[in-house]
Amino acid sequence: MQLDPNYFTILSAILFSIGILGIFLNRRSIIIILMSIEILLLSVNINLVAFSSFHGNLVGQIFTMFVLTVAAAEAAIGLAIIVIFFRNRGSIKVEDAEQLKG
Amino acid sequence: MILFFFLFSAVTVLSSIAVISSRNPVHSVFFLILAFVNSAGIFVLAGAEFLAMILLIVYVGAVAVLFLFVVMMLNVGVDKIKTQTRKYMLSGFLVAIILLFELIFSFANLDIIIQKPENNLEKNTNTHALGNVLYTDYFLPFQVSGCILLVAMLGAIILTLRKREGVLRQNISEQVSRTKEDSIKIVKIGKKL
Repeated sequence: MQLDPNYFTILSAILFSIGILGIFLNRRSIIIILMSIEILLLSVNINLVAFSSFHGNLVGQIFTMFVLTVAAAEAAIGLAIIVIFFRNRGSIKVEDAEQLKG
Repeated sequence: MILFFFLFSAVTVLSSIAVISSRNPVHSVFFLILAFVNSAGIFVLAGAEFLAMILLIVYVGAVAVLFLFVVMMLNVGVDKIKTQTRKYMLSGFLVAIILLFELIFSFANLDIIIQKPENNLEKNTNTHALGNVLYTDYFLPFQVSGCILLVAMLGAIILTLRKREGVLRQNISEQVSRTKEDSIKIVKIGKKL
């Protein structure tokens, strides 16, 4: 394998920054915020898989599977919350979620 | 191999930029699918074939389709004027660039120990080795992750279930708790004749 581990870490750093930037840029639509969280988890997964592969240790890939599980559960619950929010308020803009006066 | 890595990573980065900057949320979901498929290619290059396939199945097959379904069902529509974006654009870029440089700096100063894995690929595939570790040492976390999925499924069902007025439903407890006395009335006929 002639791939350098630094390539994977730099790719994961770029993806993580893009995810953070997406949360800042799309403050209005909560669906794109959820997609940015998926990008963040993907970058962490790339890092874990790369280190697991270069260290010859499989625990990183096991942990990646758990991260995938939690990401799937989080997406399901988040989208269900979005659906009932839309049903109650008629829109999914973040600034309409003001009932808690936060 | 290195050419494929750069191809996959360039498409991943560009499509994730398109995810966060596209105005139509449906296009965002499609670009998210593209990013996941290309990062599955990166996983294959890193030697994790099983996780690449799991990524395709779980993310592209389930999560992205769920996103697409919700986006199309809610009819979010195109955000015509990206108002209030200007206000956060400067701070967002500042945070992202600072974070990027910090991450690259800390990764560049990392001493990564590269251990060549013993070359037993002939008798052990990646899936085989993962199963050997997952079902022995990490059996309890595996079960706990199954419980997490169960709880998430129940939560999603309970959150989105609603009772509408005017829709006839089967009430099982009422059906079961019926007795003979309150459902049958015996009318004696023909005695007077």
